[in-house]
Amino acid sequence: MIRLDNLTKVFDTPKGAVVAADHISMEVPRGEICVLLGPSGCGKTTTLKMINRIVRPTSGKVFINDEDTSGLNTQELRRNIGYVIQQIGLFPNMTIEENITAVPRLLGWDAKRYKERAREMMAMIAMEPDAFLKRYPSELSGGQQQRIGVARALAADPPVMLMDEPFGAIDPINRAVIQDEFLKMQQDLKKTIMFVSHDIDEAIKMGDRVAIFREGKLVQYSTPDDLLAAPKNAFVESFLGEDRALKRLNLVKVREVMSHEIGTVTPDDSLETALQRIDDYGYQNAIVMINDRQRPTGMITRAIARTTKGYCRDHFQGIPAAVHLDDDLRKVASLMFSNDMTWLPCVDDDERIMGQITQRAITHHLGSRHRVAEHSVADQNTGV
Amino acid sequence: MPIQSMQGALRALILVVVFFIGVWSQSSGLVDDFMFYLPDVQYLVVQHLWLTAVSGSLAIGVAVPLGIILSRRSMAKVAESLMQVLNVGTTIPTLAVLALSMSFLGIGTVPAIFGLFVATLLPIARNTYAGLKGVSPALMEAAAGIGMSPTQRLFRVELPNALYVIFAGIRTALAINVGTVPLAFLIGAGGLGELIFTGIDLYDPIMMLSGAIPTALLAITVDALIATIAFIVVPRGVNPSRA
Ligand SMILES: Nc1ncnc2c1ncn2[C@@H]1O[C@H](COP(=O)(O)OP(=O)(O)O)[C@@H](O)[C@H]1O
Ligand SMILES: [Mg+2]
Repeated sequence: MIRLDNLTKVFDTPKGAVVAADHISMEVPRGEICVLLGPSGCGKTTTLKMINRIVRPTSGKVFINDEDTSGLNTQELRRNIGYVIQQIGLFPNMTIEENITAVPRLLGWDAKRYKERAREMMAMIAMEPDAFLKRYPSELSGGQQQRIGVARALAADPPVMLMDEPFGAIDPINRAVIQDEFLKMQQDLKKTIMFVSHDIDEAIKMGDRVAIFREGKLVQYSTPDDLLAAPKNAFVESFLGEDRALKRLNLVKVREVMSHEIGTVTPDDSLETALQRIDDYGYQNAIVMINDRQRPTGMITRAIARTTKGYCRDHFQGIPAAVHLDDDLRKVASLMFSNDMTWLPCVDDDERIMGQITQRAITHHLGSRHRVAEHSVADQNTGV
Repeated sequence: MPIQSMQGALRALILVVVFFIGVWSQSSGLVDDFMFYLPDVQYLVVQHLWLTAVSGSLAIGVAVPLGIILSRRSMAKVAESLMQVLNVGTTIPTLAVLALSMSFLGIGTVPAIFGLFVATLLPIARNTYAGLKGVSPALMEAAAGIGMSPTQRLFRVELPNALYVIFAGIRTALAINVGTVPLAFLIGAGGLGELIFTGIDLYDPIMMLSGAIPTALLAITVDALIATIAFIVVPRGVNPSRA
């Protein structure tokens, strides 16, 4: 857990005092990623660097796991905090192995243990130890260097990590890959992470919580979904962009919005039965046909069911797409648009039918969350 | 760098001279004449190398720590102006330095070593300072951020990354040093200058060349030696010649 208590930094510059961070108070719960987000120069980096004392706070305190860090020796404090910077900062004079084991060696681990650790870290970041450990940073691509930077920060297994635009120097495609890898690692590692970004999409993707900064002040601190649903003021709203409702699609999973109620037919049902069910369930266009393993294998349209006699098995059409429970709504919306569907069947990992998701339900979900959030903000405002 | 290019020109010139001497001596059987000076050459080479070794190691021993101290952040204000002084110092011809040191310390080995020491000191200090200042701030921040103490940062990050530049300074400085030692004879410190200058005075080209050729060979050898040490000592990741 990281807790900042009225953390403030004033830089004395020839042009006068610059308040880079102004009484920042916030808490990152254990095991979560908090993204500091805001336009350039708003004090994100300064706030981050006060935690490991690269920048000395003018006033205020930093607590890590409820311990006031001002009592700790600087070197000791830093060795217990993983640090990843945008410029990567690998030591060019050291091999990859020496880079990764830099902190363990500072901590006095014996050679056998830190060498083993280097191999573990390479496995974690999905790089071949034998191919890379003896190489130098200049012999690696930017993306590989960035992975090594993360491995170096994690090598001594610090409970807390600070990352200052760690994936900023990588091309967009590689960045997305590294972000995904990192999130996967974080699922097991459960580090408490403070992460600086100026990219709203990265913040939404990486953050359990997002802190919006403006001119040294913390403006809003909430989960990405709450942030997008209920920006606190016009600044946050404009920073998030006009497509913020669409950005929320990334954050919501099918299972949160789907309806478990779905009418189906089997291949052995008659088209008459199919028409009956379509009417019973109030479907407009079609009903899903499933096989004996509960998998959707086709659909019977209302038009066919009304005008034709026979069995479903002889008259079904293919289903253009099905979505999984853990797919996000962005994918769902995209599939709906590209297939001209207003609904899609939802399936579990075994491709068995679990329910359906409709455009109405998506719209309703996004809209209702907006209203709830607006209410709570309104309540708070009247309460104060 | 005027001194460096002058040094380079001198070296090239010496090589050309050596080449023609070779052609000439083969055609006219002058080898025997040269053999006459062999005992002198042996003695003077040792003396010559000794002057280089003492003044050179003194210079390295002082200049590298000086460069390190000047590159510390707390010294930032003094350092720039002091480097300016050193830069001006480098433009003073070494012969003048020797003459100055003779006028303070008299004649003999001590003023010669002192003069050579001063001439050698400047390029090394300058390169050490520039090399350390050139280490990227991101690297320094990463080193501090993972919890290295200032001393650990110096020895594990700054010096290894500056080493190539420092060695370049040492190489330049020792080339100047070896090339300047013959002048030490003028203030009474011996060395191969004895054969060169006496040879010139006596219009004895054989004698002069018996001093000049070994001097050239020494310069080349010392240069190659430093290059080899740099090749081995500078870590591969920051060593352009091993990239
Ligand atoms: N070392 C410094 N000296 C003076 N001003 C600084 C220093 N570091 C940052 N600042 C100023 O503090 C403000 C916040 O900077 P920073 O935290 O780097 O912003 P961000 O990371 O959000 O882009 C900026 O106005 C910047 O100019
Ligand atoms: Mg920044």
